[in-house]
Amino acid sequence: MTKSINITLKVWRQKGLHVKGGFETYPATDISTDMSFLEMIDVVNEQLTLDGKDPIAFDHDCREGICGMCGAVINGRSHGPEKGTTLCQLHMRHFSNGDTIVIEPWRAKAFPIVKDLVVNRSAFDQIILAGGYISVNTGGAPDANSIPIAQEIAELAMDAAACIGCGACVAACPNASAMLFTGAKISQLALLPQGKPEAANRALAMVRKMDELCFGNCSNERECEAECPKEISISNIARLNREFIEAGLVSAVK
Amino acid sequence: MNRLTNPLGTSVGKKLMMAVTGLGFCCFLTIHLVGNLTIYGGKDFFNSYVEHLHSLGPLVTLAEIGLLFFAVIHIMTGALLFYQNLKARPIRYSVNKRAGGRTLGSATMPYTGFILLLFVIFHLLNFHFVDKTQTTTFQLVSNAFANPAYIFIYMVAVIIAAIHVSHGLWSAFQTLGANHPKYTPFLRGLSIVFSVVVGIGFGFIPVYISLLI
Repeated sequence: MTKSINITLKVWRQKGLHVKGGFETYPATDISTDMSFLEMIDVVNEQLTLDGKDPIAFDHDCREGICGMCGAVINGRSHGPEKGTTLCQLHMRHFSNGDTIVIEPWRAKAFPIVKDLVVNRSAFDQIILAGGYISVNTGGAPDANSIPIAQEIAELAMDAAACIGCGACVAACPNASAMLFTGAKISQLALLPQGKPEAANRALAMVRKMDELCFGNCSNERECEAECPKEISISNIARLNREFIEAGLVSAVK
Repeated sequence: MNRLTNPLGTSVGKKLMMAVTGLGFCCFLTIHLVGNLTIYGGKDFFNSYVEHLHSLGPLVTLAEIGLLFFAVIHIMTGALLFYQNLKARPIRYSVNKRAGGRTLGSATMPYTGFILLLFVIFHLLNFHFVDKTQTTTFQLVSNAFANPAYIFIYMVAVIIAAIHVSHGLWSAFQTLGANHPKYTPFLRGLSIVFSVVVGIGFGFIPVYISLLI
């Protein structure tokens, strides 16, 4: 049954990185419970535009939970209170008439604010550039399945590869650590034969880059795996730790 | 040397040092508890345990130096991690809500750790850096716990230690890369059991002693 609710939004508004920000309160009236959270903000923004005010800036793209663009902290929870969903997959039916919803951007030194709820997550790209790849020669495509991989291993690698790089793990981590992201990206390659030759270099380079970008240190709080929209497990962080120990203390790589 | 200090200086390296030293302290706590439990065997049994322990001479000194070395690493690294983690989020959230990962232990690690440091200093001043030529260790212990304030301080400290290890034990294994569906649930359970054993094991000794007097 579709119904409509009236809610109040407390939204973080900030014009730019070096401009002081603060919360603004907006009413959101006659919101259909079938709307997604982002559609609700669209409605609010339309009204703001009609009133001649600056609409709320927020990141979004596919709106079907696979691109990793959207994300905000809703009442203290990354991507809102539902498990395993992105903000675009959060529906207004999970809220009640009269609720006040506090919307904040991802908070981390490594994710500087661009505007309002939009943060710059290019720190993740820099971690990938440091080693989140494999080197393959150009030329004819290799035959499919020419390298045997056990089904269980392929599944683990796929689970890690489900990461969409949205940054919810960093936002949810009490220490603003990027270990779940980095752990997933290291794992998806380290698990597979194609990723093995560069594994030691990759582990060292990605961890060093992560530290350099001022992400916090993991203290196994497990908030990241609880908030990850793709439900990526902290066993990937343990794998990162194993890869790092091997690379840093055993391998020939400097 | 750089090839060792470089990996240890990274975030993962610092956590590894916390894990190794932390597991060392868990081993120490176990041995300390087993030793302390001899107090239930009576005054003479406890005093003879203390004498046997001290007759190990250089081995005890070696263990003390080792523990001090571990403590310095654990405290310095812990303080640095705490500072860096604060710096990693300069603007805090106005609404904080847990998603189900955080526990009482994990959320309070730096604070319980700091209190434990103060307690360890207090504890050493009570029972270690005192003149034992005129008295027995049992006498020292019963004199201390004749004072209700001491009982209170020791019980609070022991509860704080229990909270600290409830996260610390399994977390150390996770940091060392030991995470597997086969044994991680066991390790998490073991942390809780260890925490309860530490809490009850150490916590009842002051009460027991005060009842004897």
